[in-house]
Amino acid sequence: MYEIIEGFIEAARLIVTFDPDVMAIAARSIIVSFTATIIATLIAVPFGAVINFGTFPGRKSLINLIQTLYSLPTVIVGLLIFLLISRVGPFGFLRLLFTPTAMIIAQTVLILPIMTGLTISALSGVDPVIRDTLYSLGATRLQFLVNIMKEARFAILTAVAVGFGRAISEVGAAILVGGNIMASSFASSTRTLTTAISLETSMGNIPTSIALGIILLAIALGVNLAITRMQHR
Amino acid sequence: MIECIDVSKRFGDTAVLAGVTARIEAGEIFAVIGPSGAGKSTLLRLIDLLDAPTGGAIRVNGTDIHREPKRGLLIRRMMGMVFQKPAVFNTTVYENIAVGLRFRGVGEAAIQKKVEDVLGMVGLAGYGERRARTLSGGEMQRVALARAMVIDPDVLLMDEPTANLDPVSVALIEDLVLRINRDLGTTIVFSTHDMYQGQRLAHRIGVLMKGVFAQVGTPREVFTLPASRDVARFVGVENIIEGVVVAGENGASVVDAGGIPVRARSPFEVGEAVSLCIRSEDIRIAPADGGAAAPGRNTLSGTVAAVVPRGPFSRVTVDCGFMLSSVLSWKAADSLGIGEGSRVVVSFAPESVHVVRQG
Repeated sequence: MYEIIEGFIEAARLIVTFDPDVMAIAARSIIVSFTATIIATLIAVPFGAVINFGTFPGRKSLINLIQTLYSLPTVIVGLLIFLLISRVGPFGFLRLLFTPTAMIIAQTVLILPIMTGLTISALSGVDPVIRDTLYSLGATRLQFLVNIMKEARFAILTAVAVGFGRAISEVGAAILVGGNIMASSFASSTRTLTTAISLETSMGNIPTSIALGIILLAIALGVNLAITRMQHR
Repeated sequence: MIECIDVSKRFGDTAVLAGVTARIEAGEIFAVIGPSGAGKSTLLRLIDLLDAPTGGAIRVNGTDIHREPKRGLLIRRMMGMVFQKPAVFNTTVYENIAVGLRFRGVGEAAIQKKVEDVLGMVGLAGYGERRARTLSGGEMQRVALARAMVIDPDVLLMDEPTANLDPVSVALIEDLVLRINRDLGTTIVFSTHDMYQGQRLAHRIGVLMKGVFAQVGTPREVFTLPASRDVARFVGVENIIEGVVVAGENGASVVDAGGIPVRARSPFEVGEAVSLCIRSEDIRIAPADGGAAAPGRNTLSGTVAAVVPRGPFSRVTVDCGFMLSSVLSWKAADSLGIGEGSRVVVSFAPESVHVVRQG
């Protein structure tokens, strides 16, 4: 019990003194997951719009598949990307394994289904009268899409926030393709909040784990507060 | 000018429109009235290119609008539409109204002037920076009307624009419709299930029933000379009596209504089954001992079956072989001293009987 309390005190010290190692790990986590979220947004939003407004055979099945992939296990994504980019894999020549880029790719793949699915929900949730109104006002196809997205902007932002939350909190993919490396340079290290907690805990560095955990929780809390605020607009 | 030529629309197995034919002149207010589910919204949506007809054609100024896919956008941009449910974009009133102008690439200075003008027109001057979602239903509908009007459309389509509004908002919107048509010459086509609204606003009315226009005419024609039994019932003719023509010449007929002869003006041949439509306002009620009947009128004696209050009037139903209803002011009903079971004499002129073929 005493060790846990001591752990919290030490964790607080690491945070308030801006411990360089802890801050570097937190910053890397945010950078990797934020980048993955941006890329996933650029893919998921147009893709979701095409699926929502498109009429093509297999549309319903595709939506079902996307919804099934919401609960895609992170280690499965990690394994898949690992196989693709390992030395013997089809993209091995890119030498991406154990780099932050690999983690970004894995997290992008991981959050694409839920972001696409939530984008579809956001767009289909727009009042049909709003859609008719846009057409009746003489919108071109592009003007229509842009304005529907404006109407659904808060719901789409929620999709983005959910994607970021899932990316920053996952550990399975990051550890498999990132390797949890603490190298001399910031850019070539792959240690993130989740992988570091996993490692530090197994090594008995409880205070560091707790400090990293508090930071991770704070980020998750911030994201959730942002979602709640958006949903109440 | 809008022409509907045998327009039909099916949704799956349901035929919503089954051959609508009508001609709407430029500059007129045309009301599509009819019961719920008659296809009013569908017809307006087809005119606005929001849906495609299953058969027939809609011509706007001679162009078959559904067969010109390349000009679809241009054609749609000639029209504005207001929907039944007040729906605004989640932004300011100003931005709501500016949307159609932005679609057309209008410059910001011109947008500002036009939006301010139209806000003044709909009585929402100074509302520009308000969030549209915070407005009342009636205000939102005026924003929707302003949004449709700011693009200066040739044709304004309104699908039951006042169906969900309070009476004050209804009066405001109705006043705007009349002013827009009078001041700007905009052709207006609106649908309503409120036949009196059709009467108040429209130059001509089309009565849409079961997917076809059962009648198209001026409000006066539709209300006094309904084309069929169904139209008569919809436009509020309370007395509709079935009978057979038993004698007739020179447009004056005698109709046998369940054994009771009724004189009427009608062009129908002897032997034809007809419905007699008599407005309750045209039926006079007198005490049974009320003296000599006026010559030439149909005069029937009967027993009062019911007296039902209706606003400032009483609706008096008399059983004279068939049921006939009349409306009397409370005062008139009191001075006649009638109540259920009273013996009375009912009379109405042959000219007040509008005869339509049965079926």
